[in-house]
Amino acid sequence: MSQTEVSGGVHRRSFLIAAGAGGAAFAAAQFTPGIALADKALTEQAIKKVIGDRKPIEGRVSIDGPEIAENGNTVPVGFEVESKMSGGDMVKAVHVFAEGNPRPEVANFWFSADSGAARGAFRMRMAKTQNLIALAEMADGKVYMGKRLVKVTIGGCGG
Amino acid sequence: MSRPRVRVPRKIKKGDTVTVKTLIAHKMETGVRRNKKTGKLIPRKIINSFEAKIDGKTVFKAALHPAVSSNPYISFAISPKKSGKIDFVWTEDGGKTFTKSAKFEVA
Repeated sequence: MSQTEVSGGVHRRSFLIAAGAGGAAFAAAQFTPGIALADKALTEQAIKKVIGDRKPIEGRVSIDGPEIAENGNTVPVGFEVESKMSGGDMVKAVHVFAEGNPRPEVANFWFSADSGAARGAFRMRMAKTQNLIALAEMADGKVYMGKRLVKVTIGGCGG
Repeated sequence: MSRPRVRVPRKIKKGDTVTVKTLIAHKMETGVRRNKKTGKLIPRKIINSFEAKIDGKTVFKAALHPAVSSNPYISFAISPKKSGKIDFVWTEDGGKTFTKSAKFEVA
């Protein structure tokens, strides 16, 4: 069934990431989430997959969230990109990553001319205290980046 | 599961940007949890995408990963130029979809 295919795809991808970052580092990131280096490498790869070799410029993207999240299972997060939402200044997409999660991808959002503003909100799982990263892809190809540190009291990627 | 709920302002002033809020009941099974008795992995089943269309044209789209919490809440902005209907579609792993729609007036 397609359902098993989906999870199969994830495993394959995880394996590819592991092959890239070094299997040992990947395993460490998965089972003892305290090694910042491995987490960062994973996040960098996930980001590269989305924006390629473009260099994100810091600014214009703000991330809203609690300073301290007591429950890592459901952390409210919001984002907004400064933009006129027209022409080259139009925000095409926003991609959100969590640097300290076993899998850094969180969500991707795409906007249109009728969006009016590139903002949104959702709730997410956070394994531990970590940086959230939001990238805004503009119509002219530029990529802007915002970061925010969220402290997590009880992690929420539990099994 | 499911029970999609949406909140769209019924009347929108021309030129205004308003916030649309959506919520759907879903476990968002990550695929990395194990059944405590058997030790087997519970297969992944999440809402992996969400789309909002105004009169058939996509206005906002999202791809969700397992890091999104259960019962996913998503809010976003719209600035429609004329009255119409907005349709929402949530798609689960495996292809099952959940839908909801709302009407609004622009004046």
